[in-house]
Amino acid sequence: MLVWSRSGRLVIWVFFALIFGVLFLAPLAVILLSSLADQWNGVLPSGLTTEHYTDVARGAAWNSVKASFITGFLASALALVSGTWAALSLRLQGAALKRLLGLLFFIPSAVPSVSVGLGLLVAFSHPPLLLNGTIAIVMIAHFVLISAFTFGNVSAGLARLSPDFEQVASSLGARPAYRLWHVTLPLLAPYLVAAFGLSFALSMGELGATVMVYPPGWVTLPVSIFSLTDRGDIFAGAALTMILVAATLILLLGLERITARATGS
Amino acid sequence: MSAAAFTGSGVTDIDAAKVRGAGSNVHFDKVVVAYGSHVVLHPLTLDIAPGEILAMIGPSGSGKTTALRAVAGFVRPASGRIRIGATDVTDLPPYERGLGMVVQNYALFPHMRVEDNVAFGLRAQGADKALIGERVKDALATVGMSAYARRYPRELSGGQQQRVAIARALAVRPRVLLLDEPLSALDAQIRRNMVEEIARLHRSLPGLTILYVTHDQTEALTLADKIAIMRDGRVCSHGPTTDLYRRPPNRFTAEFLGRANLLPVTVAEAAGPKGFATARHGDAVLTGAARDEKAGDKSLLCIRPQHLSLTADSEHTNRIVGTLREVHWQGELTHLVLDVDGTPMRVSATKLPVALPERGASVPLFFSPADTSLLPEDAGV
Repeated sequence: MLVWSRSGRLVIWVFFALIFGVLFLAPLAVILLSSLADQWNGVLPSGLTTEHYTDVARGAAWNSVKASFITGFLASALALVSGTWAALSLRLQGAALKRLLGLLFFIPSAVPSVSVGLGLLVAFSHPPLLLNGTIAIVMIAHFVLISAFTFGNVSAGLARLSPDFEQVASSLGARPAYRLWHVTLPLLAPYLVAAFGLSFALSMGELGATVMVYPPGWVTLPVSIFSLTDRGDIFAGAALTMILVAATLILLLGLERITARATGS
Repeated sequence: MSAAAFTGSGVTDIDAAKVRGAGSNVHFDKVVVAYGSHVVLHPLTLDIAPGEILAMIGPSGSGKTTALRAVAGFVRPASGRIRIGATDVTDLPPYERGLGMVVQNYALFPHMRVEDNVAFGLRAQGADKALIGERVKDALATVGMSAYARRYPRELSGGQQQRVAIARALAVRPRVLLLDEPLSALDAQIRRNMVEEIARLHRSLPGLTILYVTHDQTEALTLADKIAIMRDGRVCSHGPTTDLYRRPPNRFTAEFLGRANLLPVTVAEAAGPKGFATARHGDAVLTGAARDEKAGDKSLLCIRPQHLSLTADSEHTNRIVGTLREVHWQGELTHLVLDVDGTPMRVSATKLPVALPERGASVPLFFSPADTSLLPEDAGV
């Protein structure tokens, strides 16, 4: 404990509540209120209604939820497989190569997502790689943007994994594939689930690249929200945002429970 | 009782009792291990006989764990060969060597129950269910952990986890059991109990060849048939445990194994038919067990702290005088440090004179010639 005095701790808590309230809770609260606002001309809405939720549910909202979920799930799964593969392979390389390839993996996350979208649009607009207007290009955009995070998470997990586990397994006669499936991956499970959860959350909120490449009929939630607010329909946009937040939260809580059960924590 | 032995991934039905008696020898043939240009194990040639416990001991960085890891297949020798039984395993992957391994932090798989941990090696090798069940039961019974089969490792104490780790290694009926500092993570009391349990275990599995790496000389002395003392990537002495302890061949062995006192002497008269030579330290004329020292040789007289006495009797015929510097009471033992002409002499006494001399007082020390050993002063390491 860094602060021992009661008054000192109280000051720290008030400071924390202020920062958390202003930076995190206030924007979410405003969106929540907007999604339920009948009219909002003063400090607070003049009345509350669930009409915006009914409206977006009647419209293309569920298609957007479906598109976001499928995109998020597939891109995260792909990123998890490739990120895990890359982390496992890089572990066997020399320190210099490991550092270099690790850095390369993180480059897409340092590039603005709009640029990634633009790059994909140009790269895949000519045969034989003609993917413009397909769902695949949306998946690829999300995969490129989130794979660095899965790689980072799995690498961190591998770095904390004692080599003794795998060595003991080998000495007992476990071949590499058996060892990977029965020892390495189960021990990495918390990191894999966390990597998947983070990737999924990032994918669910991704707008910059998606808006450049999405085809008609595959409008993700952030694109729908952007379209609605761009048209001035703030309340409907807020309702969709709350659906996005709730859907992502439910999935992440579910993943956390799975991890807790798997690790016995 | 029907059981199976594993050679590589093959399973052959044989009699369990025979497997238990069928340990393999391990042979290091000029094995060198290097990381780049840094040699961590200099040419090592060493044999471990079937059913023998060889303890490799030495300070950190002496190469003992590297030697074990070379047998396990986790480091590849730069040159030399390693044979287990009749098989040259130098180029075999670890999973084809037929070993069992226990490490310091147990490395029990946390997501598996105790019984699944013990069954792991057998399942990995494709053994049939009935055999796995039988072996798991047998291995857990051997280490006294049958009642804990359904528990997870996190529900066990450190000592219990180490027992399970041993059971897991035994369940595959290894040709050689590799123990890498297996008790280092345990507290002193549990460690003492575990040393006794491993000794008991080896008595019940006399054919099991064990390579035991430790930095703890007590574990080595208690368990090992032979000891190899490592220093700077080399074996500086190797031999039967009692021989190394009683007749250390060099200064490092004498000091590392039991913290012996080494008194500089000059041989006055070579050993007679009984093997005792006469040597001088200042004015004191001392008798000590000798090898092939000649008159005039500069030697070190090795005397263990517990063999020095403050009181004379018919056996303790050697006498030197030192100045008492330190007294440390440790309950059942009292440790004294005396200065004998600039050489510190440690005494571990269970019985002391009623009136202990004051610090700075001259104190005579007595010891028996049979409890000494002369070793050459310039015996390298």
